[in-house]
Amino acid sequence: MRGARSGGVAQIIVEGLVKTFRIAERTPGLWGALRGLARRRYREVRALDGVSFSIERGELVGYIGPNGAGKSTTVKTLAGILVPDAGRCEIDGRVPWRDRIAHVARIGVVFGQRTQLWWDLPVIESFELLRDIYRVPPARYAQRRDELIARLELAPLLDVPVRQLSLGQRMRCDLAAALIHSPDLLFLDEPTIGLDAVSKLAVRDFVRKLNTEDGVTVILTTHDMDDIEALCRRVLVVGHGKVLSDGPLAELRAKVTRERWLTVDLVDADARVDEADTRLVRRAGARLCLAFDPEVVAPAELIRRITARHAVRDLFVEDPPIETIIARLYGSHA
Amino acid sequence: MTPYLAIIGARFRMLLQYRVAALAGVWTQVFFGLVLVMVYEAFYRSARASAQPIAFAQLASYVWLGQALFAMVPWNVDSELRAMVKTGAVAYELCRPVDLYGLWFARAVAQRTAPLVMRALPLAVFAAVILPALGLSGWRLTAPPSLAAGAAFAAALVCAVALACAMSTLINIVLLWTIAADGVVILWTTAVSLGSGLTIPLPLLPDGAQAVLRWLPFAGVFDLPFRLYTGALPAGALASVLARQLGWTVALVLLGRRLLARGLRRIVVQGG
Repeated sequence: MRGARSGGVAQIIVEGLVKTFRIAERTPGLWGALRGLARRRYREVRALDGVSFSIERGELVGYIGPNGAGKSTTVKTLAGILVPDAGRCEIDGRVPWRDRIAHVARIGVVFGQRTQLWWDLPVIESFELLRDIYRVPPARYAQRRDELIARLELAPLLDVPVRQLSLGQRMRCDLAAALIHSPDLLFLDEPTIGLDAVSKLAVRDFVRKLNTEDGVTVILTTHDMDDIEALCRRVLVVGHGKVLSDGPLAELRAKVTRERWLTVDLVDADARVDEADTRLVRRAGARLCLAFDPEVVAPAELIRRITARHAVRDLFVEDPPIETIIARLYGSHA
Repeated sequence: MTPYLAIIGARFRMLLQYRVAALAGVWTQVFFGLVLVMVYEAFYRSARASAQPIAFAQLASYVWLGQALFAMVPWNVDSELRAMVKTGAVAYELCRPVDLYGLWFARAVAQRTAPLVMRALPLAVFAAVILPALGLSGWRLTAPPSLAAGAAFAAALVCAVALACAMSTLINIVLLWTIAADGVVILWTTAVSLGSGLTIPLPLLPDGAQAVLRWLPFAGVFDLPFRLYTGALPAGALASVLARQLGWTVALVLLGRRLLARGLRRIVVQGG
């Protein structure tokens, strides 16, 4: 299915990746702490348990999963930071952790919860430092810098020390910092975490253009399903260290449930609604939300039945939110 | 070289921002220097034996050099690096297309020399000019006895910085094993301050202890260059001093590289 999309060559090949962490266990309390001094007990946590996928050049892939599912471990392995216990991984023909230096020169990384800018230095000095670290020729740097400043609207921020930036401003600067050396593969680990709505939109818009106009391959991990819906045509869902689902969002939905949701605003807040072939998702006063299977009862038919029986102020049909879909997917693999 | 020089430059500029810390450092070192010189003077006056292992004027210079160059002692981990390991931001360090040991060594160079720039000169001025002006020339920092001694000191000091940076980098690498590194650092601090002659000038220690300490790496940071400065070691001993300093530097760099390579294979990035 993947290979058929564009007939291109896989840029990233991951096969059977396994990574286990050993975590020191501690019994709570003073006694537990003392016992831990004498004998440490370790618990093995299998963060990756045979993860496989391949990604083509120019794709924008969402990589999602609950906390502890192995998202960050995968990203850090692909970035050459972690060495897996078993499995194969090749990016542009290189094994990230073996050819670390050559590999990281071609990738950009943003970990949303941490900054790669130098805290005490003005933003522009961080950029210059990255220019030197990545050995970007001066002319190319000047061109790239101006382009990023224009696209991310950084001009007023350049002389501000990083510690004085707001989170949204900092994230824009961090994105620019990750792209100074014009990588053709970008890892974004929760790039919109903690951002306000306007900043989120700005980040999404930038990432989309980066992918479509510049052809940069992007791997996006996030808990924000709006990011995924806005950006990713392909979504990889991981849970329990394995890939649970791989494909377009619509396919994922179809795989998990056919359900659609009908939201109705009634005139009478106390009216009893007990419709056959539906399941009440929630009710808040006059607004209620019913789940139904369109193959069992057609939406038009359902609406006709409800409007015939109740006075309705407004109604609309939608897909269940992606969070619900994902939660069900995890539930079915638990 | 560009990436490494850039890191040194940036860290240097950042550390130079801490002017109040530098001022406090100068004040502390002045205080400690005075106390030490007075204590040693009391010892020297009350000692019966006429032959001391080192003349008092030489000892006073030794003490002031130690205070002036205090920031060079590799006794602590890089606080920025410690914070990065704690928060997991160290992941970015591993995403840079440079040799990681080189990167951390460059950080150490800045860490060991930037405070030096701000503290050494004021302290030297205090000990060599202000003290005599106050009529305390007995306690002062005297100039090296000869040009040769001064030149030998300068050469040994450069190698001492390299050695101190290799030591600094080594204990920074320990952060990959223990997040806080506090326990290791306490042991290390004790070894460094004793072995370098920072706590007690090595010439005052028992002969047996001296014989051992002189061959350990720590002596190369302070004791050996200082004794070249005061003339306690003749300038002709420079070759042997440099050989010891550089030998240890190479050994510690190789050890650090091995440890780092092993540490990276077992690394766990904090905070997911």
